[in-house]
Amino acid sequence: MTTADGAIGTGPSAGRLRADRLVGLVGRVRELGLLVALAVLVAAVTAREPRFLSLNNARTILLAVSILAVVAVGQTLVVLTRNVDLSVASIVGVTAFVAGDLFKQNPGLSVPLVVALACLLGLALGALNGALVTLGRVPAIVATLGTLYVYRGVAFWIAGGEQITVADVPQGYRDIAMTRLFGVPNPILIAAAVAVVAAYLLRTSPVGRQLYAIGGNPEAARLAGIRSDRLVFGAFAVCGLLCGLAGVLWGSRFGRIDARAASGYELQVVAAVVVGGVNIFGGVGTVLGAVLGAVVLGTVANALTILRFSPFWLQAISGLAILVAVTLDLLITRRVGRALVARRNR
Amino acid sequence: MTRTNLGVGAGAIRVLLIATLLVLNALVGLGHGPVAARGLAQGEDCATDAAGGGSPAAASPAAAASPAGGGGENGGTPPNIAFLPKDVENDYFVTAAGGAEEAAAEIGGEFQQVGPATASAAEQVTYVQTLTQQEVDAIVVSANDPDALSPSLQAAMDQGIAVVSYDSDVAAEARMAFVNQANSEAIGRIQVQIMGRLLGCEGEIAILSAASTATNQNAWIEFMRDELERPGYENLELVTVEYGDDDAQVSYDTTVELLTAYPDLRGIISPTSVGIAAAAQALEAEGRGGDVQLTGLGLPNALRAYVESGTIEEFALWNPVDLGYLAYYTAAALVDGTITGALGETFEAGRLGSYTIGESGEVLLGPPFVFNAENIGEFDF
Repeated sequence: MTTADGAIGTGPSAGRLRADRLVGLVGRVRELGLLVALAVLVAAVTAREPRFLSLNNARTILLAVSILAVVAVGQTLVVLTRNVDLSVASIVGVTAFVAGDLFKQNPGLSVPLVVALACLLGLALGALNGALVTLGRVPAIVATLGTLYVYRGVAFWIAGGEQITVADVPQGYRDIAMTRLFGVPNPILIAAAVAVVAAYLLRTSPVGRQLYAIGGNPEAARLAGIRSDRLVFGAFAVCGLLCGLAGVLWGSRFGRIDARAASGYELQVVAAVVVGGVNIFGGVGTVLGAVLGAVVLGTVANALTILRFSPFWLQAISGLAILVAVTLDLLITRRVGRALVARRNR
Repeated sequence: MTRTNLGVGAGAIRVLLIATLLVLNALVGLGHGPVAARGLAQGEDCATDAAGGGSPAAASPAAAASPAGGGGENGGTPPNIAFLPKDVENDYFVTAAGGAEEAAAEIGGEFQQVGPATASAAEQVTYVQTLTQQEVDAIVVSANDPDALSPSLQAAMDQGIAVVSYDSDVAAEARMAFVNQANSEAIGRIQVQIMGRLLGCEGEIAILSAASTATNQNAWIEFMRDELERPGYENLELVTVEYGDDDAQVSYDTTVELLTAYPDLRGIISPTSVGIAAAAQALEAEGRGGDVQLTGLGLPNALRAYVESGTIEEFALWNPVDLGYLAYYTAAALVDGTITGALGETFEAGRLGSYTIGESGEVLLGPPFVFNAENIGEFDF
């Protein structure tokens, strides 16, 4: 960003050309601002504690945010359409518990079948959210606040105080999250695959572009003949599906599941999406940004423990880090925007 | 407790034991980092002062009174005692009922367990009324709500039925005695004692608690700190107390981060069932199970896999079999008039030995129970 700064007003030079290219890049790829913030964070923490910067710790951070990232991708789809899904954590919790309970009640059940059922359950719960918002015309924040409690209540009702333990689920189910491919834990690969597919579809498919249009200007989208309700419904349903997948990963990874699984997770998801530069009022942002937002949050949490901060400070510092990341990202994009204007006027 | 009995001979045995351990360590490479300074057998702890602070030394109660101990005083007809747990489906209460049945067989009394299928105070009230109509001699109850049950239990007592609470107390005026399974001090201390034993009284340890506001955990942690102050624990250093908020993900991630933040960390104590399971999972996933010792409080079914894999060598909780057993003997003693629930009264409880009624009718079960690979197979809850 200093290069971009220096470039403005100085005469044409090799440095300016490089700066121009950087400005163009940041202009196109908004996530770069966040990447810079992440790099600064990593450098600062590493300066104080060299152990922070290791392959092992990078793997720890990515694994810690993998489930968050899957849900954040789903949330991004919803937020892009100028809606929000507050029930995501409850869907993760209820699917995680139901999947575990299926194994507990029917030992010997096939693992792929249970995974499919859990994803279907997530899809159904997400579709119910979508129906409330599109058919019922209930504002998303209210509808999903309601289902947040309803879905969690269902989890409590099914569980009845019971819990699923590692002994209740087959090894094949545990393996989903516990195995590694070339040293990379599966959840990281799954999250990456989900993010790449979603990013590609959002960027290139007509449906993807229409989602942006709905959030950017609902009225214009309607006039352009976009069937908003269908797409919003679809966004909620896919978000639910991804929550179901996250529930499978949750159950597979932690083994022990009770009805409270993933409670309060929705705020982390929203935080990741917002830090990732997805506009909470819709229309702006990318899936990769949201994933990067999750990584930034995970890095902050990890760094605080590694730097041996008192756990009592953890939440406050995490919140502060969110503010700093968002502000830094905003500053960078604003600078870049100005630089772009300057270049155009040249 | 055991320590005061150790004479010169025992000292020599200990030297031998340490020597053997040192050789073993050198040979097998068991010791990670510094070689274990002291070898401790099961039931021993690091403290070198006279067994102060109410340290429970033995896992199972040593007193083995004659099985018919309580039967002698029970001159009249055999007691008819009903247990009313929070819910009858819960494995924990099913296990406790096993102990009550054992006690009933010893005394020659009758035992029945009734109650709701899911924990509900309203349903429990109905059961209390039914049992009162049946004119059982005693009701032993674990309350889903301390106050909701009081009127019906008081009505039962008015009819001459003895009421004992166990596991979860009711209002003090609604029962004659409360069989308490947990004593904060003993629960707190035993976890440090186990860790000290696992680490040979040496190394950095961390605590992974529930929420930072959890009353129980904070009380236990205070006693853990106090235990660590005792002579003998100088080299066992508590480096941090972290909070996993009883959330699997937070507890898991914090465990992994602890490993990076404290490279010399040798043990983690997690006094919460969610925390210890998540920490075990994290240690296994990181390939550090058995390298970093883990103990704390948990349920056997939830931790069985980790005990079998060696990630958790020992963990503590009370023994629900003994809880049901003692609750039955307490109720029987109330029925036959040996006790009335007043402070200072004593009674015999079969193989568990003699018990004294404490403040506000409390009967304390005793030292926590230590689960390990040998005994975990006996429990299903």
